[in-house]
Amino acid sequence: MREFFESLANWFFVDPIRIYILSSVIKSAVVLVVLLTAVAYTVWLERKVVGHMQNRWGPTRVGPFGLLQPAADGIKFLFKEDLTPPHVYKPLFLAAPLIAVIFALTSIAVIPFGNAITIRGYSIPLQVTDVNTGLLLILGVTSIGVYGVALAGWSSNNKYSLLGGLRASAQMVSYEISLGLSLVGVLIMSGSFSLREIVHAQQGHFLGIIPRWNIFHGQFIGFFCYLMAAYAETNRIPFDLPEAETELVAGYHTEYSAMKFAMFFMAEYANMITVACLATLLFFGGWNGPLFGPRILQVVLPVFWFAAKIFGFLFLYIWVRGTLPRFRYDQLMSFGWKFLLPLSLMNLVATAIAVAW
Amino acid sequence: MSVHLILFLAFGAVCVAGAINLLAQTHPINSALSLIAVMAALAGEYLLLGAEFVAAVQVIVYAGAIMVLFVFVIMLLNAGVEERTQGSRVAFLFGIPSLLLGSILLAWVVLHHSGTETVAVGSLPGDPATIGQLLFHEFLLPFEITSVLILIAIMGAVVLASKPPTSPAGISAGRAD
Repeated sequence: MREFFESLANWFFVDPIRIYILSSVIKSAVVLVVLLTAVAYTVWLERKVVGHMQNRWGPTRVGPFGLLQPAADGIKFLFKEDLTPPHVYKPLFLAAPLIAVIFALTSIAVIPFGNAITIRGYSIPLQVTDVNTGLLLILGVTSIGVYGVALAGWSSNNKYSLLGGLRASAQMVSYEISLGLSLVGVLIMSGSFSLREIVHAQQGHFLGIIPRWNIFHGQFIGFFCYLMAAYAETNRIPFDLPEAETELVAGYHTEYSAMKFAMFFMAEYANMITVACLATLLFFGGWNGPLFGPRILQVVLPVFWFAAKIFGFLFLYIWVRGTLPRFRYDQLMSFGWKFLLPLSLMNLVATAIAVAW
Repeated sequence: MSVHLILFLAFGAVCVAGAINLLAQTHPINSALSLIAVMAALAGEYLLLGAEFVAAVQVIVYAGAIMVLFVFVIMLLNAGVEERTQGSRVAFLFGIPSLLLGSILLAWVVLHHSGTETVAVGSLPGDPATIGQLLFHEFLLPFEITSVLILIAIMGAVVLASKPPTSPAGISAGRAD
């Protein structure tokens, strides 16, 4: 057994190019599988948590605690009749869910999950690719993800879908600005766009106890702006008017059935997870947390802290969903432009002044 | 035939194909999507030159915000399919030869002029820190003037799109205060 792993390692660690290619492929596969499973189980978590908040059980029948419910849902979506209505504009109708899902899954590529692992002298970062401008890449991918929604609404050739799609894209474009500005405060304090550097800048403690996370280090208002903007970007309550069932039939995904609808669903939850990852990295210190134990534990613990913080975020998302009513569209837009944008600008100016002194 | 050259040709081909498709399509939404492909290919080209910040900002601003507004306008105004016209014979007879002549002239000038050597990739800095330094030290005045220009454009758009005053009674009542 040990000889098998030794020979595998001998084949693998030959030269940097082979290590790079193979590790990138393995990392991409692992991250994709984990992300898709996380998306499925976030749906399960949401149903359970919202159910308990509404004083009922969530899914309980399909497995222990309803844990096999995502599998059952997946099978249902696969076998449902995939209907393409005759009046839609077919190329964009088929392309819109693809665009939504592709760009929702792409931004996970620059998110680091833990410290770099060093095996046999080669350092493999726990990130699919370590780009200098990682933060900008995530913002860019979020901007392009708006097209999935807009084109879905338009190509459905249906007044409810069109209105839902237009409202959703207008909302997403408006809140992108506050999202970007709230991130600039963190940028000023860390001095780099690379997500790994931003996490490294948050190591250590104040007074021995309080961790040096950006939220305690002056970015509380920035975190608040980011949270509001992120809820609006991912079209979640309280900002989910575009897809509210009681308002616009089902908004931009009215005409979609079966797998295409599931793709929109996946895209929404993948966006939620990406936003939670980003909030953890930028405001809560990423994978920094108490480390102890033998070497294998030292490698695994940062990933565990990262996952725990993301779980906390997703729970917050779902908690807010179970609690708050939704905004009306004009309230939503005026909140974004008249309150959140000035607040993030003031946060930026205050952070810049504080750092310059 | 380095990987760099292959990628350059690939992005360039997407860019040119998108631009030609933009002209060739009849429905405006297809033209808008082709323009998005052109913007994305240009971002790839900037990345190949080592200008990572400009590439990211191209995607965020151009492909992700400006083109979204184009697409909104096309959706809201319900711009229909463009009619195919005959095309003018004069443009065909004079346009294509002069276009060929112009491009040959341009290529000859570029290739025979001595001051147009290529720059090695990565020799010029493209990172955000350097761009920030340039923008806020050497080019501060153009930066501020550009922002004022954009502000003027926004104000002009708001004035043009605002509702005209409703009635003479309303205006004189306002003036009587």
